[in-house]
Order: sequence, then structure tokens, then C-alpha cells
Amino acid sequence: MSARKGLNVLQGAGVDPLGDGPADASRRAFMRTAAAGAAVSALAGCGVDLGEFLRGHFKELSKDDLAKVLAKVEKRNKERFGRDTKVTAEGPRPGVEFGYGLDISRCVGCRRCVYACVKENNQSPEQPQIHLIRVLEMDKEQGVDLAHSELYYDADAVPRPGKFYFPVQCQQCRNPPCVKTCPTQATWKERDGIVVIDYDWCIGCRCCMSACPYGARHFNWGDPKLPAEELNPNQHYLGNRPRPKGVVEKCTFCIQRTRNGRYPACVEICPVGARKFGNLLDPESEIRKVMETKRVFVFKEELATHPQFYYFYAT
Amino acid sequence: MRQKATPLRQMVTPFLVVCVATLIATAARASPSMKHAPPAEKTKEELFEARPPPFSDGIFPCMDCHKDQKDRNRRELGFHDEQQSVFDHDAEHRWCLDCHDYENRNVLRLASGATVPFTESYRLCGQCHGDKFRDWKAGIHGKRVGNWDGAKTYLLCVSCHNPHSPSFKGVKEIVVDGKVTIAPTLQKLKPEPRPHRPEEMRDGKRAQEFGR
Repeated sequence: MSARKGLNVLQGAGVDPLGDGPADASRRAFMRTAAAGAAVSALAGCGVDLGEFLRGHFKELSKDDLAKVLAKVEKRNKERFGRDTKVTAEGPRPGVEFGYGLDISRCVGCRRCVYACVKENNQSPEQPQIHLIRVLEMDKEQGVDLAHSELYYDADAVPRPGKFYFPVQCQQCRNPPCVKTCPTQATWKERDGIVVIDYDWCIGCRCCMSACPYGARHFNWGDPKLPAEELNPNQHYLGNRPRPKGVVEKCTFCIQRTRNGRYPACVEICPVGARKFGNLLDPESEIRKVMETKRVFVFKEELATHPQFYYFYAT
Repeated sequence: MRQKATPLRQMVTPFLVVCVATLIATAARASPSMKHAPPAEKTKEELFEARPPPFSDGIFPCMDCHKDQKDRNRRELGFHDEQQSVFDHDAEHRWCLDCHDYENRNVLRLASGATVPFTESYRLCGQCHGDKFRDWKAGIHGKRVGNWDGAKTYLLCVSCHNPHSPSFKGVKEIVVDGKVTIAPTLQKLKPEPRPHRPEEMRDGKRAQEFGR
């Protein structure tokens, strides 16, 4: 039978014209079932939970389904770390839009924030080492210039003469290139401004990492080696729950803390008080006071990413 | 308000006068008081929840040693070497009793002569450093911990700035009366270890895993 004739027959019968030729209905149904069965056994062979594999997108989950998903994460934590954890999915509050301020006239580059973040957010401390905050040492003479910056500076005492320090983390853009590029919609911007990742939907393609102009996304190249005793049991589904190998992660303004009204871990640890955090819609918040009274700028403004992360000079 | 009241008809006038008087009285009571302070405390300075002041071990209460007041003239002290040796707070013009109270050494003294406890030392610092005080109250200068939408604990000025040598150098955590607080140091901070370079991650354990 010629290809054209076959096509006509199929169209007449109302069957998908791109199928591979005529076949009787019962045989097709059998083939479909067999294929599905093979897929299921293949998935099972890989250790993938079928329910997890077929569940809907996080934003479309019903209350019951969400509870099931959270319970599953807690169960997985228990298996992996032998510890009880509390995983929530606290949503954004109405009337809240987070803003972050970093006073680069105060930052001394002590890197306390980097390690407080690792501890709070259950990052892998070594091999692979993942730091969501990167503190750059820059020359006062050059100003904010990435060509004259050093991430791996080593010093006995900071700040070093002639240098200033410029910490970079996710800027929670209002126009996030990472979100646009994600092929699976595993990352999106929440209403309070936090850009989140569903690690169960991330396929690890790293498109978002190449799209991010701030280098704020990090990939788990290996199984995160997080000691059980260092696990932070207060977790958020879109935040600091332990990640598997092969997914991307990022700063979420400590979503597990800030959605409950607390300051992010980096704000609380900063010994010089260079980090400010609050609700941009509240005129009494410290971030609004900063924006109204200080010299404020955003990083790489020319890219029109419109960050919700502001750098400022209080002096 | 008065302009409104005067030309009105006689019958309404007494009533309006009462109203206006009430309004003026209310306004007078409301305007000078602080937003959150109860009316009884309207003249009192705004108070801030702050961590305890970072006293050195055994130094407070000061009156344990300063029982007998002697000389209130400015001079070089024969004691308190630890402060005298580092004193760099407008040293040319200032000395102890500009800030410490002569009569009661357990408190500080404002330029007005009023005394303030060490827990409210920000009021003393704010006399000269008004711009920083304003920023500190708003949460811009210095640090607060707690909730971005609720109760916050401030750190006092002296938690980060040694009042006798105030330029910022570094801080450390200390325990005062069982409470954790922050104290200024005379040394700069040592940074935490630098991150691994990519080649260090490759050459380590991961390389073995890949059989390189």
C-alpha cells in the first residue's frame, strides 16, 4: 500500500494521520497497553515513583494532592537522613512583595552570610560544594566592575585596604530570564516576588543557569553530601528541602523563614548589619526607608531584569 | 475652625463652641505624643527592644567600686587602663564624665543632665550622631533581628562600636548574665574560608567517582 493511499484511509477513518499505517483497533489498544506497561516497568527499574512521575504541576495541585506530595517529601527525608522533618508549602501573603537591600558601604566581606545560608538551606557543604551567595572582592578604584573582582580572596582580616565587597545572590528579578527559558515550567515567580524551583519538575537541563546574568543558579553535579545532624528540619517544598542530584537550586530569600514573617538567615547573621529585608508595599518597612532616603542601584540594570534586590550606600 | 463657628446662628453657636473646644483639646493631646506610646508616657523617649549592653566581666555595677566620689575635674585617670589606652572618641575634647554620670556611676548622663540606663545608651549616642540615630531607628543603620513584619530586637550602638574607640573594627558573640549578645572587638574580622575553585571540585573525590 502506498503511503498516500494509507494516509487517505486513515483520514477517512478519523485516525491520527501521523500513525504508522493502518492497524486494527484491538491491535492498537494492545500495543498501547504494552507500551505503557513497558514504561512503567522501566520507571520502576530506575527507582522512580509512578505517582510522583504522573502528578500535576505544583500550581495545579489540589489541597489533598499537595498534602500527599508533602508527606512523601517528609518520608523521603526520613529514609535519607533518619530524621523527622516538617515540610510545608506556605503560600505568598496578599499585600506582600519582598525587597532586599544590601549596603555595600558596610559589607566587610567576612563571608558569614555564605555559610549561614549553607546551614539554613540544607546545601551540600563539600563535594559538591554549593554556595548560593558569592561575595566578590572589588577594587575601590574600579568601582562595581566584574572584570576587577575576585571571588576566591583569602585574607587574615577584612576589609582589606583599597577593597570593597559585593555579595551576589539571586536578584529575584521581576522579569526573570531563567523562568522564561525553563522548558518544563519547573521554575516560576511567586506573587510575593520569590523565584522558586520545584525540584521534582526540574529536569536538570541547566538552561536557566545559562540565562541568568548573575550566576545565581547552581547545579547539583553529585549527590549532595549533607550530614544528617546538620539537616535543618524546618523545610519548605519550594525552598530548603534536600535536593537530589541533577537539579538546579537557588536563593529563595529563605522562603521557609520569610513566609512565616522571619528575616532571612543571611540578614540575621550579618555582623555589620549590611543586609536589609522587608515588604516593598509597606511604607514603614526598612527596605522602603532605604529606597526613599539612600542612594540605591540594581545590578546590571541595563539588562532590564528589574531585580527585587537592591544595592545601596548608607554613607 | 473658629472662623466657621463665629458667623453661625445663635442657637447653634453654643453647641459648636463646645465641639470646637473638644476638638482643639483632642488635637493638642494627640499631636506631640508618640504614635504607639500611651498618653501617660507622651513626654518619654521612644523605647526600643534591644540586646543587653556588652559589659566586660565584673565591670557592672560601677558603684561597687565608685563608692566615694572625689574629683569631678577632667584629668588622666590612674585606673581603667583598658579604656584609657584605646580612648579615641574625640579624645581631645571628651572625657569620662561627659557621658558617665558623676553622682550615679551605674547610669549615663545626657547633655541635658537627665540620666539614662546603659540599656538605653542609644539616646546618649543620638545626641551627637542624630543622622545615624534616625537611620538606626528606621532599621537602616545597624542591625535588627526577629521578624520583618513584627517584633524586632535591636542591637545597641555599643554592640558594634566600642564607645571609647568607636570606629567599627569587628564584633564577637558574648554572654552577659546568661543572655547572648554582641560585643565590639579591637581586631578586624577574619573571613570564613574561600569557596572551592571548580578545578578543586574536579580533582577531589568527584574525579575518583568518574574514574579519572
